[in-house]
Amino acid sequence: MGSLIEIKDNPAQEGFLWTRVDELVNWGRKNSLWPMPLGLSCCGIELMAMIGPKFDLARFGAEAARFSPRQADLLVVAGTLTWKMAEACRTIYDQMPDPKWVIAMGVCSSSGGMYDSYSVVQGVDSILPVDVYVPGCPPRPDAVIDAILKLQKKIERERPVELLLQGANTDEGIGTRRFDRAPNRGVPTTRSHEFLPPGQVSDR
Amino acid sequence: MTSTQERVQAALDGLQASISSARDGMPTITVPADKVREAVQRLKERAGFETNTLVTAVDHYPAEPRYELCWQFLSVSMNDRVRLHARIGGDQPAIASIIDLFPGAAYSERECFDMFGIVFTGHAGLKRLLMPEEYDHFPLRKDFPHHGIEPDRLYREWDRKRRERPSNTAFQQEQQEEGAR
Repeated sequence: MGSLIEIKDNPAQEGFLWTRVDELVNWGRKNSLWPMPLGLSCCGIELMAMIGPKFDLARFGAEAARFSPRQADLLVVAGTLTWKMAEACRTIYDQMPDPKWVIAMGVCSSSGGMYDSYSVVQGVDSILPVDVYVPGCPPRPDAVIDAILKLQKKIERERPVELLLQGANTDEGIGTRRFDRAPNRGVPTTRSHEFLPPGQVSDR
Repeated sequence: MTSTQERVQAALDGLQASISSARDGMPTITVPADKVREAVQRLKERAGFETNTLVTAVDHYPAEPRYELCWQFLSVSMNDRVRLHARIGGDQPAIASIIDLFPGAAYSERECFDMFGIVFTGHAGLKRLLMPEEYDHFPLRKDFPHHGIEPDRLYREWDRKRRERPSNTAFQQEQQEEGAR
């Protein structure tokens, strides 16, 4: 973000800011992430530690954990997601207003982890678009902070003005449009072949 | 002071019960499946086992009779425990419920029904405890694959209905765009 703001002198000594709208919007978004913690198992404890004073997520502007999806723009899926819980998880994601991002925290939510089982979703990317995956069982709070920093770098690369001019929705609240824009759409996950006929690629 | 085994033997007199001592020292009773209720009633009333601590099953697939039901009882006053076994066949497995004697067994029986599909006759609220109620299979049976059978079916059905709801304008728009292309 070295080129974000350039202050130039002018003869009237008033000063002005010189930037691009994309960079200004991204700068605002990435430094004020409001996480919605979806603590499903032991990862939830590490998530609490991360927000607490010792690891202090407030240093990165993401400490305002909201327990209402309507007020959040970062969904942290922390822990083992079961198929029975998957409907609730997807509903929470749908209720979050655009723009929104997802962190899959821990191996369970990233890939199913050790629960190679009939009741566990083998990676939340089979129901949601995931932006950052965090390995670990559970990951240390520093690893999740690293994921937030990676997500901030990812947000820097977004093109909000372009999307605005294209007329992409920002207020549908249902999430399917953003889902289509997700970079990992159409990319088969390691396990997607188990649910699909041979040769077919997952569309979610 | 009679031993637990003698007390149980006296209580179950005439029920074709065979009593042995398991490796953990707990007296283990095996009774025919149709005598289970009678045996449980006698254990409660005559031998003083006033608490039911466990109802579960073991699947011996492909052996027949397939399921081995297992109950455990605790006597707080006598400080001892006893285990009761009965075998039932794999075709429409059913066994008498004991929830009128031990109301606390209701949840254990529901879990056993959920995992093995064993019907406890006389249990009024027998429905699934852990798995979704519309789920068709019984996960702890030995012929159930550990990856499950269509584990995502119910979610996908829900997801499709959600996307096709008239209020989901984003999805409708998306369909129209795809139709136009």
